[in-house]
Amino acid sequence: MRSNAANYDLIAPPSLEAVLAVLASEPGSYTVLAGGTEIMVALGAGRLSARRLISIQHLRELRFLSASDDTLILGAGTTFTDIRRDAILASEFPLLVQAASWTGSIANQNRGTLGGNIVNGSPAADSPPALLAYEAELTLLSSRGTRVVPYTDFHLGYKRTILAPDELLYSIALKRSYQGYKTYSRKVGTRKAQAISKVAIAALARVEEGRITDVRIGAASLQDRPARMTATEQAVLGQAITADTMQRAREAVLAESHPIDDIRSTARYRGQVAANLVEEFLRSLQTDPR
Amino acid sequence: MSTITLTVNGEPHRLEVPPMKRLLDVLREDLQLTGTKEGCGEGECGSCSVLLNGDLVNSCLVPVLQTEGATITTIEGVADLAGPGERLHPIQQCFLEHGGAQCGICTPGMILATHHLLEKYPQPDLSQIQEGLAGNLCRCTGYTRIFAAVQAAARMEGSK
Amino acid sequence: MPEFSPSEPLQTVGRSPLRKEGLAKVVGQAKYVDDLSLPGMWYGATVRSSVARGRIRSIEFGPDIPWHEFTIVTAADIPGENVIVHLAKDHPCLAATHVNHPDEPILLLAHPDRAILPAAVAAVRVQYEELPAVFTIDESEAPDAPAIWQDPAAPAKNTFKQYLMQCGDEASLDEIFASADFIVEGEYRTGAQEQLYIENNGIIAEFDREAGVKVQGAMQCPYYVVHALQLVFNLPAEKCRVIQTETGGAFGGKEDFPSVIASHAALLAMKAGRPVKICYDRAEDLAGTTKRHPSRSRHRTAVSRDGRLLGGTIEVALDGGAYLTLTSTVLSRATIHAPGPYHWPALRVVGKAMATNLPPHGAFRGFGAPQSIFGTERHMNKIARTIGLTPEELRRRNLLRVGDRTATGQLITDTVDMQQLLTRALQETNYHAKREEFARTNPGSTIKRGIGFATFFHGSGFTGSGERRLDSLVEIEITPEGQPCILVSSTEFGQGTNTILCQVAAEALQLPYAFVQIAQPDTARVPNSGPTVASRTAMIVGKLVERAAYSLRDTLLHSGLLPGDYTEQDFRTAALAYVAQHGPLKSSVRYQSPGDIFWDDQNYRGEAYPAYAWAVYVAEVAVDTTTYSATCTHFYALQEVGRVLHPVLAKGQIEGGVAQGIGYALYEKCVWQRGHMANNQMTNYIMPTSADLPPIEVAFEEVPSIHGPFGAKGIGELPMDGPAPAILNAIEEATGIECDEIPLLPEDLFARMAMPQENAR
Repeated sequence: MRSNAANYDLIAPPSLEAVLAVLASEPGSYTVLAGGTEIMVALGAGRLSARRLISIQHLRELRFLSASDDTLILGAGTTFTDIRRDAILASEFPLLVQAASWTGSIANQNRGTLGGNIVNGSPAADSPPALLAYEAELTLLSSRGTRVVPYTDFHLGYKRTILAPDELLYSIALKRSYQGYKTYSRKVGTRKAQAISKVAIAALARVEEGRITDVRIGAASLQDRPARMTATEQAVLGQAITADTMQRAREAVLAESHPIDDIRSTARYRGQVAANLVEEFLRSLQTDPR
Repeated sequence: MSTITLTVNGEPHRLEVPPMKRLLDVLREDLQLTGTKEGCGEGECGSCSVLLNGDLVNSCLVPVLQTEGATITTIEGVADLAGPGERLHPIQQCFLEHGGAQCGICTPGMILATHHLLEKYPQPDLSQIQEGLAGNLCRCTGYTRIFAAVQAAARMEGSK
Repeated sequence: MPEFSPSEPLQTVGRSPLRKEGLAKVVGQAKYVDDLSLPGMWYGATVRSSVARGRIRSIEFGPDIPWHEFTIVTAADIPGENVIVHLAKDHPCLAATHVNHPDEPILLLAHPDRAILPAAVAAVRVQYEELPAVFTIDESEAPDAPAIWQDPAAPAKNTFKQYLMQCGDEASLDEIFASADFIVEGEYRTGAQEQLYIENNGIIAEFDREAGVKVQGAMQCPYYVVHALQLVFNLPAEKCRVIQTETGGAFGGKEDFPSVIASHAALLAMKAGRPVKICYDRAEDLAGTTKRHPSRSRHRTAVSRDGRLLGGTIEVALDGGAYLTLTSTVLSRATIHAPGPYHWPALRVVGKAMATNLPPHGAFRGFGAPQSIFGTERHMNKIARTIGLTPEELRRRNLLRVGDRTATGQLITDTVDMQQLLTRALQETNYHAKREEFARTNPGSTIKRGIGFATFFHGSGFTGSGERRLDSLVEIEITPEGQPCILVSSTEFGQGTNTILCQVAAEALQLPYAFVQIAQPDTARVPNSGPTVASRTAMIVGKLVERAAYSLRDTLLHSGLLPGDYTEQDFRTAALAYVAQHGPLKSSVRYQSPGDIFWDDQNYRGEAYPAYAWAVYVAEVAVDTTTYSATCTHFYALQEVGRVLHPVLAKGQIEGGVAQGIGYALYEKCVWQRGHMANNQMTNYIMPTSADLPPIEVAFEEVPSIHGPFGAKGIGELPMDGPAPAILNAIEEATGIECDEIPLLPEDLFARMAMPQENAR
């Protein structure tokens, strides 16, 4: 049942500064609209509660990719198509590129933005596991100033984040320090394309002399928010990749997963498959597939 | 209400519309371009696909305010992309010849998605076609005739 | 089986001319109902029940809505009977006192501004006294189930219909079971499936005190809608005019439901005094319209040590939903197809359809056959496994041959050879080599691969005496331009009706395909050629078109105006001259039952269908033991369908049907929450995308049938029957796990693979 578009207001201030000024003038009264691939779905389904929206889709200031020697910064308005086209991302951040290719359809990738995917806060979103694994840092802007926060601290719960009502996600920074890491990602969705995750894992690890010396695992749909699997990481860190390690990892995955039953899948399936994916990740570290 | 100026299939328009009105509804209701279809209203089926500044988008997910100053191509303008006065674009010709259209309701979106695909990959392999069209659901064909149509269109355009 | 070689080369039939309405479709000019607008037209919307079963206590109109601007229709506004007639009169047009399923229409609203209707619908508050409800076959048939559907003629509580079909010596069945080497039992279940036409249901209605009701919109069967409107408006047929607009997919989903939405739109139009359009959005269409009947089949089979079927009982139960609609005919087809293409010395099939408090289930491609064939083809594999034969060998020992009789006693006279079809299918898919290869490679792999198949047949046309009752009429008239124009109520919704009927007429008239026209189905202009269902259009209606064309040609030849050897221009000249001399020229032909068709509706004996299409489908699967997901990786469909009228369209039909069958098997699940479809969005009802389907290989054998034009039989429903059992048979090969319920989602395979101790079978 569709919402009546005439009941909604949408404004598009000409600059980032102007957007921040509007957000500051009436904190909480505007909802930010970027590519529309989430909010417009809510409008179509008659469940868009926000009545005043502010578009940032046109802001060129938010749509950039800039690389320095040690950091790659993506503007929050970077689309998934932008991500899939970037050479540095392709060679250094394959988990993120892979996640972008899994997001919706080509048409959705042309519109949807990395910032929107993060701020929307869905536990099933495609890019957060990769960003968690890469230990992304977020820059949040408001008229009051700028703050930089680790992405791991951003999500507070189901569709709840630390973003203040007058704040805007400005950019996502990735450290260019993953040379020599092995990566693994897999999305288990309702079908091969245009799917919502039932469970997804993005992981990377460094293996030295048969032992895991560094590891990060990000996951979707295992908790009420995108989650870093820290207990699982601890269970395997410093370990050789043995059957025993894998078993401990599986147990850790199940212990720190709190998936739900919903119309797309079951909690038991999600937990078990997550454990299987983590095991598959660990096996992939035994022999380098590349 | 907002005033929007945009160009659709080469024609400039100036409209007074609610800013959150879906581009799909503006095309169908305000501009009577009913070739763009609605199948799901949630960006899942691709029946409402159009080109927005050359990019494939689902017009049901685009609030019209975000099209200010934009150039849009709908199915009604696809033949023109092949050249002024052309009756059919090669993609349309190939969908017709190879059985790519059955009930026809997904066809406009499918043709626009194909256009976008062939811009990106002029000679796509099967997996590129599958990915490029995965946002356009077809219930009639099982996609096989559509793949044949896309491959034929790529050959036809490649031989020009 | 020899490939048929025609005695003289055909000019149009067997070739692939461009789809008649194809040009309009590829340029975006084809007009579907939501693309149309009439002057002064309002928009309609439907207030629906939020409970599964209950008595309506009150209806209140909430604040903040300018109700005076709306037209409001309730059951009290219905001038005729408050009923949507299909096979019975149990289905109300609008619920008056009670509701029997969630999302049942109670009240209608119309307003000039489409955008404000959803808020108005939400502001109508209906209070109910809830009553106990049932949601599955098992719940409905339970001894202590509430009686939710009552009819004096009902065979038992909550039972819409029951059939008993027997062959062989019934009394000896007990004896056969007592002495058989093996008795194999199995239970098989199939879920509801949404047709998921990409164009939602929609109708525009007009009402005029003098002229009556006029509706146009998406539909398969214009005369069904006429019939429904006659009762709702208490009007004669000639005052109920129905026009089919370009229809964006149907698959059965626009067979019975358009009668509902057309009645609703017309009631609003009558009360509002202006045209009213109702077009559902996806969520409403998914929640409120028909699905494929869920089913449960129970088999008990006596088999000899050497793999011969000695006798059996099959119980097929369907979930009909809250009202009868078309359920008894769906059950009929399910019952007749349950024995499969096998020889049964003795068999008892009991079909029954139960009422539940789900929205009524309705027609969907295959119409009961995919349900019972799924059970039978899984059961054949179970028998093979039990007695230690291969699935192939078990079938080879029991397939029907020419001269055998089906379970209804029908003598097989088609010169079809299922043994040879099976041989060809297994050869062309490298079945034996693959089976060996997978047995070798599976143990060391996390991906388990398998290959499986199904053998089946599907009857073309209405069951039994149905075609005689339909009494279809087809006409071809000469247009003012001197061209032949086919007049039928058979509709185009993607499957190619327009094209193949024009091909048939062109062939019979020896005219170019482009010269032949077909009229838009408008009951003011076209005769009743029957509904566009049941794989009957090519064979039954096509045959009538062929006869009408010959009759037209004979008229012109006998008039002396048309030379024996003529061109398109000669024809035009002769036709126009004839019209000038004699007035309008129209050739009409009515269905004539082939002499050898006898059907006993009481005892389910006789010629169930004039002809059958025969098929062997082979599926390859890969089961990923990391994610418990099964994927179909290759599909091969071989069928004998009489003459292939249009190879491109025919392949498209098979490929599309196979795709729906793959969805039925592995993806498409209706999630019911107290009778309401909870996943009523395309995001959550998962149909295959272009990335989810395997290569689909299609092969035909052609043994022309005397029943269809130039030998054609029906093919529309056939491809829906085979994929699900073939895929689950392949999964059994891959994993050793027998899965007997569809849809089979990864969660279900997980339950079977990872938690076997909790699922002792």
